[in-house]
Amino acid sequence: MTAIVLDDVHKAFGKTQALKGISGEIAAGRLTGLVGPDGAGKTTLIRMMAGLLKADSGALRVAGLDPVHDGMALAESVGYMPQRFGLYEDLTVQENLNLYAELRGLPRDDYDATFERLLDFTRLGPFTKRLAGRLSGGMKQKLGLACALITSPEVLLLDEPGVGVDPVSRQDLWRMVQALTGEGMAVIWATAYLEEAERCEDVLLLSEGQLRFRSEPGELTRRLQGRCFRLKGSEEKRALLRQVLARKDVRDGTIEGDRIRVVVDEGVDGDALASLGDVEEVAPRFEDAFIDLLGGGPGGHSPLADQMPDVPELKDPVSCQHLTRRFGEFVATDDVSFNVRQGEILGLLGPNGAGKSTTFKMLCGLLKPSSGEARVAGLDLRSAASDAKLKLGYMAQKFSLYGLLSVRQNLVFYAGVYGLRGEEKQNRIREMIDGLQLGPLLDSAPDQLSLGFKQRLALACALMHRPPILFLDEPTSGVDPITRREFWTHINGLVGKGVTVLVTTHFMDEAEYCDRVALMHRGRVIALDTPDNLKAQAGQGASMEQAFIHLIEEQDDA
Amino acid sequence: MRSRRLFALIKKESLQMIRDPSAILIAFVLPVVLLFLFAYAVSLDIRQLHLGVVLQTDSAQAQSLAAEFSGTSYFQVLPARHRDEVTPLLVSGDLKGYVLIPPDFDQRLARGESLIQVVTDGTQPNTANFVAGYARGVLVNWLADRGLRSPIKLEARFWFNPEVETRKFLVPGAIAIIMTMIGTLLTALVVAREWERGTMEALLSTPVRIPEILLGKLLPYFGLGLIATLGSTLLAIHIFDVPLRGSWGTLLLVSACFLVPALGQGLVISALAKNQFIAAQAALFSGFLPAFLLSGFLFEIDAMPAPIRVLTHIVPARYFIESLHSVFLVGDVWPLLIKDILAMLAIGAVMFAIARAKTRKSLES
Repeated sequence: MTAIVLDDVHKAFGKTQALKGISGEIAAGRLTGLVGPDGAGKTTLIRMMAGLLKADSGALRVAGLDPVHDGMALAESVGYMPQRFGLYEDLTVQENLNLYAELRGLPRDDYDATFERLLDFTRLGPFTKRLAGRLSGGMKQKLGLACALITSPEVLLLDEPGVGVDPVSRQDLWRMVQALTGEGMAVIWATAYLEEAERCEDVLLLSEGQLRFRSEPGELTRRLQGRCFRLKGSEEKRALLRQVLARKDVRDGTIEGDRIRVVVDEGVDGDALASLGDVEEVAPRFEDAFIDLLGGGPGGHSPLADQMPDVPELKDPVSCQHLTRRFGEFVATDDVSFNVRQGEILGLLGPNGAGKSTTFKMLCGLLKPSSGEARVAGLDLRSAASDAKLKLGYMAQKFSLYGLLSVRQNLVFYAGVYGLRGEEKQNRIREMIDGLQLGPLLDSAPDQLSLGFKQRLALACALMHRPPILFLDEPTSGVDPITRREFWTHINGLVGKGVTVLVTTHFMDEAEYCDRVALMHRGRVIALDTPDNLKAQAGQGASMEQAFIHLIEEQDDA
Repeated sequence: MRSRRLFALIKKESLQMIRDPSAILIAFVLPVVLLFLFAYAVSLDIRQLHLGVVLQTDSAQAQSLAAEFSGTSYFQVLPARHRDEVTPLLVSGDLKGYVLIPPDFDQRLARGESLIQVVTDGTQPNTANFVAGYARGVLVNWLADRGLRSPIKLEARFWFNPEVETRKFLVPGAIAIIMTMIGTLLTALVVAREWERGTMEALLSTPVRIPEILLGKLLPYFGLGLIATLGSTLLAIHIFDVPLRGSWGTLLLVSACFLVPALGQGLVISALAKNQFIAAQAALFSGFLPAFLLSGFLFEIDAMPAPIRVLTHIVPARYFIESLHSVFLVGDVWPLLIKDILAMLAIGAVMFAIARAKTRKSLES
């Protein structure tokens, strides 16, 4: 059974072509991933399926209906959960359910049975009187899902349901979605994360408004059978990665714990890598296949790092002891202690609300701790916050660029902020332009540029004063995997020069780039170890996400 | 339109309103603050003006006139013998003006010529007018006491507000400002908030129709606006001694009619602005400021330059303030009220037509 038919769908917003002719079918009773980086057109397409946007040309049928002309009927057979779940935070769980039941015209006689079924399904039964705004991210997501399911739709549209939700809740969501597809519902799951795509039964892969691939994810990964390897050398992993990526017969390489994951060209044998270290063949993943489909990953050389001088030795670059921050009754960061060594990448990993950002803000001197101590470059942030700030480069989540200034003006501004003058200032700006290839777009406004370019510019601004310590807040969330690799190439290069990096992320894959990872859950660090050791705790071949779930459950049981 | 969906939306909006501190603040706390402000802090009446009285003759008549100046509560008098004593003080701003009683005062009085000279500080036109007006009033009184006529026949009589207390004028005007805030600002904000928080998207994916969403927003705020009017009026009558010469029914009727354009304007703004910041800016500039400056609340419309005067005709608060003044200070003057009500409804109809055309059931933009 086909639930959705797309036939050469086009959509433009002003000059931007959001969708450039998408055709395909989505089957009922299956979980279909709508996959692509930010700006690929996922949300536009999903809004069209929900009847919220009109196609410029081409045809679209959802559950046998034309979403634009049969709007009323469509609303009854399609459940839609927008990003941020579409809940009224100042209404209680029950009031939200009531509202959507009334709006969707659920017969009054069915109320009790429906609410009981949904509350049972989402396990929200005990919380009906709680305001939606007071729910955790995972519970909000379940309530959003319950509201979308009120009339038992034929098609369920979920727009990035996994963003910012803790891994346990995400696991629950997968379970619920599987139950729904088992009943014959077509579920569309939009996501920027390729690891989520791998779990879908079908995948529509979007990139820049075009459909790159449509099939079972397994079909794509099968093509790479025998071409994926894990490499462990005697050399330092980041240096090894550079060597691997410099080879002509390598398609792609990434860091995975203390090994390197390598995808080789077609027809190349794993033995070719034997000179670099121990080689072990591994099962291909969806991301490997995606990169292969796009023609391979970027090189491993960072011209930016070449220009940076070595960082002189720093004792104890970042440390915090018993760091605690309360907001009224709520403890956002609870007795957090860790040290970051020079030339190390430490990741703070956890869902939204776990306390990553609060911890981060205290380390940047943006927030005063309630108790405990935070030091950067040996300076106490309570007494010497501004001296400490000169030692660190900070790249904020939304990149804090001035959208109305040109790229060049942004660079000049940040150079000025860090007190650079005259010839030194000009040299530094030129270095950044060369090192990060900002040249071609110097006179454009950052608002008009791609996410990847903005990210490079933000990195340039954060590095203008050559800080020995770099703080990255969710640096690559939502960017495509190629851009993410380019970004980490620069970071790896900088670490090679002795720069110390602290990074927050809710993105499990990113944790693999870190030397050590601090898992945060409800304000506390529940584990701090190398990615490999963390994964080993959850059993053989476990992923970072499984490791996290394992540790949270262990914590909750204790 | 399904009444069931509409009721669900009204219920939702009312719940949100009750739980939202900013709505309560604007509807109940702001009125109290504004009314106190306009009743006590902002007064256009001026008392105890510093005035020099230059007495250049010692005749009994002249001294008695000087005493008359000292006797009124409007002036704080600085006596002087020569013009040169007070001129520097006027220049420095310590005096708001001076009165010169000339050496030949008695002769002038006998001949019926102009008696005194009043010099005021023209850099403060408003105060200068008060000084001149009050000084003339003192002179006229003094003459009348002697059974004499003023050289210029002058008779001032203020109707409806015999003591010319601006408080009685300002308090009804403050009610109009408050209603503008509730109608335009709150409405614009709550719709923008739905866009910002992504709930509008979820609403639009249900079978709800646009008129239902709009009405579901309007009716609760309409109710809130009327409740705020009632509260403000009770305050005005019982705390600030403003008379209510018309009827309560009429008061509520004109308030209801004013809410139509005010809410309509809020909807137009919210249809165009999808975040709360822009919505608030737009509401302040297009709703609050005109209601403050162009409605006759603080500045008389008749005193405005002709082009601005024309502009005031599209400010709904103008009609509301006019009818409020009438209901509070005069009574139910129906010919005037009907004219104002029709004007407000007409502006409201235009606003609603624009809002309907601009709010589309989709996210296209």
